[in-house]
Amino acid sequence: MSTQQSRSAAKVMLAPAVVLLMAWMLVPLSMTLYFSFKKYLPLRGGDLGWVGFDNYTRFVSSSSFWPAIGTTLLIVGGVLFITVTLGILFSLLLNQPFWGQGIVRIMFIAPFFVMPTVSGLVWKNMFMDPVNGFFAHLSRAFGSEPIQWLSQESILSLTIILSWQWLPFATLILLTAIQSLDSEQIEAAEMDGARLLGRFWFIIIPHLARAITIVILIQTIFLLAIFAEIFVTTAGAFGTKTLTYLIFQRVLESQNVGLGSAGGVYAIILANIIAIFLMRIVGKNLSD
Amino acid sequence: MSHIHLKDVSKKFGDTEVIPPLNLEIKDGEFVVFVGPSGCGKSTLLRLIAGLEDVSSGRILINGEDATEVSPAKRKLAMVFQSYALYPHMTVRKNIAFPLRMAGLSSTEQGKKVEDAAKVLNLSEYLDRKPGQLSGGQRQRVAIGRAIVREPQAFLFDEPLSNLDAALRVGMRVEISELHKRLATTMIYVTHDQIEAMTMADKIVVLQNGRIEQVGTPLDLYRSPLNVFVAGFIGSPKMNIIEGPQASKYKSASIGIRPEHIAISDSTGTWKGTIGVSEQLGSDTFFHVKCEFQDQSITVRAIGGLELAYGQTVFLTPEKEHLHRFDKDGLRIK
Ligand SMILES: Nc1ncnc2c1ncn2[C@@H]1O[C@H](COP(=O)(O)OP(=O)(O)OP(=O)(O)O)[C@@H](O)[C@H]1O
Ligand SMILES: [Mg+2]
Repeated sequence: MSTQQSRSAAKVMLAPAVVLLMAWMLVPLSMTLYFSFKKYLPLRGGDLGWVGFDNYTRFVSSSSFWPAIGTTLLIVGGVLFITVTLGILFSLLLNQPFWGQGIVRIMFIAPFFVMPTVSGLVWKNMFMDPVNGFFAHLSRAFGSEPIQWLSQESILSLTIILSWQWLPFATLILLTAIQSLDSEQIEAAEMDGARLLGRFWFIIIPHLARAITIVILIQTIFLLAIFAEIFVTTAGAFGTKTLTYLIFQRVLESQNVGLGSAGGVYAIILANIIAIFLMRIVGKNLSD
Repeated sequence: MSHIHLKDVSKKFGDTEVIPPLNLEIKDGEFVVFVGPSGCGKSTLLRLIAGLEDVSSGRILINGEDATEVSPAKRKLAMVFQSYALYPHMTVRKNIAFPLRMAGLSSTEQGKKVEDAAKVLNLSEYLDRKPGQLSGGQRQRVAIGRAIVREPQAFLFDEPLSNLDAALRVGMRVEISELHKRLATTMIYVTHDQIEAMTMADKIVVLQNGRIEQVGTPLDLYRSPLNVFVAGFIGSPKMNIIEGPQASKYKSASIGIRPEHIAISDSTGTWKGTIGVSEQLGSDTFFHVKCEFQDQSITVRAIGGLELAYGQTVFLTPEKEHLHRFDKDGLRIK
């Protein structure tokens, strides 16, 4: 694959894909940039000309901006923490031989195939509804007042819903990683005097480090963009407005495309900061 | 320093009995080699001693104390695995220090012991590398280093040399033997290579299908194998086993004669045959001689570079005092 000729042939053959990919990425990106410098109100006069960095300053100085950033980080961080912790636990469990292992593994992946809108609605109506929800019944059975999940504990509720959705993904990746752990290494550690926790901490966790960073990286990218779950449950109320949701409100509810685009650019910057940060860690783990 | 005693130990995986009840005594400071064909239960037996598998019945005594239910770490044995089982994310230093760290030693003590072990094993230059950056032989030494820093009661080796090339294997064989001489700790060594067994062992345990066929010093096994299996397994090239009328002459069901105990001549002798393939080693020559009374050719060792042509008629004379006689059950006739 690396003679002079095969390399230049490879370049030629890759070219169409690269061009397509660039167009695919660059067109929306440059349009977002273009609109972010304009006052553009589709239902209130349309294109009202260039405004410089006005949209950017207005987006940041809006009272919803910093809370939205906070909410985003809180939800992403919470979901990552829960899915990685439980993912490690469940992958360890699923790796143990037990009766019906195959079926249980398949069932376990199921939540991942439920569409976000559906899962949001199911959780909202069947579990977290303060009157008819499962949790409400449960607390009444114990004689306590049901929690108004989506209004009182809105961020926690969303974190639970999203974790439920993403746990299978994390578990699956971690399970395949655990399966590649040489059993002799565990046995060696056992003979070296490492107890259960020692083996977990010194052998299993380092072995999983790479898989964990990959789970974090991929999930972060998707979690930064969650929308449907918020839309169908709280519709951005009760402090659940994330950056994505705020942009949606600016563009569609306030019909301010320019302001929304500026928000979009901020989102791109935020995503890139996080991505660079994570790539560093992944890169470090992958090169070892 | 330890004395290991297996009493009626057996092992079943589900319904299949891999090791029928067996008894074995390993004395303090002995170098014991378990040898046998693939799948005969050598590794299983070693893992039973290590505590990595539970016995199905019987008891394991270490220094006279019942260790059957004791966890692997508390048995104070160290094991070197066939795959080395080094921890890939740790440097050589950390790998070797791991058992000490688990034992709660201070980092200065750890450092000192690691340095000492590294010096013994010629690993000092590699202490800050990861196992992935080492050659097979170096990894092997790290695995041994990790075992010796613990100052265990006994070392268990499971085919530690099988992943190395032939030249390195000979070198490591000597190194392990020297280590045993210096530490004078009990070592149990598993191999399927009878040359390793012969050259290293104080005592060889020959296994077949989980049963112990014979226990003895290398020379015991060479000179007086208890049955046809041991006779065929120990010694290289293999002992010639002859059945039928030629064996009846010696009042036995089969007779065995080693290649080095047959005289070859082109004029006179007991058995007449023709030369088949000959293997020249320089110091010795091995002739495969076809005799009319035996389908399998008889291997003969001649000292020096004796040259006999393919198809030439020769005469073989077994040395009577080195003839082994076996009854119809394959057991040695005294
Ligand atoms: N976990 C297990 N479950 C079921 N059977 C097993 C298990 N481990 C080993 N066996 C069986 O036990 C027998 C002995 O295996 P063992 O690994 O002890 O052989 P060995 O003498 O070490 O062979 P080798 O020289 O190939 O390593 C084999 O027939 C093997 O199939
Ligand atoms: Mg084995």
